[in-house]
Amino acid sequence: MKKVSISYRIFSAINALLLAGLALICVFPILHILAISLSGQAAAAANEVVLWPVDFTFASYASVVKRSAYWTAFGVSIKRVVLGVTVNTVLTALMAYPLSKYPGEFKARRYYVWFLMFAMIFNGGLVPTYMLIKDLHLLNSIWALVLPGAVPIYNVILTMNFIRQLPREIEEAAFIDGASYFQCFLKMILPLSKPVLATIILFSFLGHWNAWFDGMIYMENSANYPLQTYMYNIIANRDITNSTEAIENALTNIKTLKSAQLFLTMLPILAIYPFLQKYFTKGITVGAVKG
Amino acid sequence: MSSAAYTKSRKMGWQLHLMLLPGVLLIFIFSYIPIAGIVIAFKDFYPGLGIWRSPWVGLDNFRYMFMLPDTGQILWNTLRIAILKMICNFPVPIIVALMLNEVRAAGFKRAVQTIVYLPYFISWVILAGIIIDLFARDGIINQFLGLFGCEPIFFLGDNRYFTGMLVLTDVWKNFGYGTVVYLAAITGVDSALYESAIIDGANRWKQTLHITLPSIAPIIMLLMILNMGNVLNAGFDQIFNLYSPLVYESADIIDTFVYRISMVEANYSLGTAVGLLKSVVTFILITTSYALANKYSDYTVF
Repeated sequence: MKKVSISYRIFSAINALLLAGLALICVFPILHILAISLSGQAAAAANEVVLWPVDFTFASYASVVKRSAYWTAFGVSIKRVVLGVTVNTVLTALMAYPLSKYPGEFKARRYYVWFLMFAMIFNGGLVPTYMLIKDLHLLNSIWALVLPGAVPIYNVILTMNFIRQLPREIEEAAFIDGASYFQCFLKMILPLSKPVLATIILFSFLGHWNAWFDGMIYMENSANYPLQTYMYNIIANRDITNSTEAIENALTNIKTLKSAQLFLTMLPILAIYPFLQKYFTKGITVGAVKG
Repeated sequence: MSSAAYTKSRKMGWQLHLMLLPGVLLIFIFSYIPIAGIVIAFKDFYPGLGIWRSPWVGLDNFRYMFMLPDTGQILWNTLRIAILKMICNFPVPIIVALMLNEVRAAGFKRAVQTIVYLPYFISWVILAGIIIDLFARDGIINQFLGLFGCEPIFFLGDNRYFTGMLVLTDVWKNFGYGTVVYLAAITGVDSALYESAIIDGANRWKQTLHITLPSIAPIIMLLMILNMGNVLNAGFDQIFNLYSPLVYESADIIDTFVYRISMVEANYSLGTAVGLLKSVVTFILITTSYALANKYSDYTVF
């Protein structure tokens, strides 16, 4: 490598500094919330906490532990994630395999593609969907959070593209040996598709964990709220419009409690972040850059 | 495929249909049946009567919509916010990806890359909880500005600042995602191009300008075209979690309006009519963008 010029060194230093600043801006709000949740109520209410807890205490976590409403909502979220991710993944894999076949082998493919394409870019909208859920008596049921998005079409495309990249010869050999499509799918395609399955499982986990709007409109009883919907209500209650002194005073003293709940709600995502990091990068680049 | 395998596979075609069946059924129920429910937009819908027995009113709901005083403002808000977001979301990830590409320390590079797309994975509910706090009148940001003698600003309750806040926090949440996409594209550039440029005496800046940027230009183009369909999507999740009646004037968009008239005021027919217009326009935009992407980048969805 040849000698690096002075100006390039200066550039590199500034560049690194700017990037470090950018990273700080991205992680700051999360560290800030963590610091508040570990601070004393008075210090938090007086906005004395920035990135380091003041009057360090676990008190707010201790009171969240006792909040049964929070854990009920947490339970609903766990349930929807388990059901939702299972349904999403099974249906995605089942659809991606036939669609990965080229028209020569699977003539009807294009009709299915049109069917999916149209569903992807046009929808009935809020009211008709709500009416359907209501007519199916799914209001207040966990299935209202699982079934409407049962087939994530984007994930089907991702998985289909992955399967298309697999060598086709192995399947041909299996056919000659008398294997059926079912057997090929179960014994060869699925095991080879582990990387893309990991990606879509993470996508779908994230989608279900972060969803809040469906919980708000389909659940009439707050005991059925998933965690994000529960959190929405906690945050929205601190109505910034009516911020008269009284309301502000009544609510700022539970700022530590709110922060602890915010942090705990983020925690599952932070916990799987290393995996997200690994597979998401692959997933989004395949999805965005494929020709 | 060899002919033996080919004949064999022909006889098993039903298996492929069977695998598609569960997904197709669910999509039919939850995507296609609601499309039939759009007739609500042309009726005066009473929940007690049900969709089919409610009386027809033709285009009355659409006429009413255009007579509402808020309609123009809402349309303008939607377009303004969506387009401003597009303009700001476009250059930031490219610039950050180019900056990261200049970093030689692999550990630092990975650390920055990991951290900047953390906000992308967190829901607007949670982020709004944090942002409302940070930008409150007595919040950290105003305390910091106070050091320079600024009066406290009510960022989220003032129409002059709200649009800016939306654009800023949206870029903050999403630029990391774009950065990863562009960085992957930059990594894919043929290193032989750089080697010959170095022999020709091109410095890092010249290399970026004449090799890196032109190499990722097709992807930039493609992502821009595919973004077209979002012109009417100003970001429901974000706005719904951050806005309040104080800023309806600058922040009420089609989606928040549809939500309020349908779910809060229970005017189902009007809500469906407004939603339908949005869906139709978006459908046309997306179809056009796919056609363009197909023409210029050989992009196919399936």
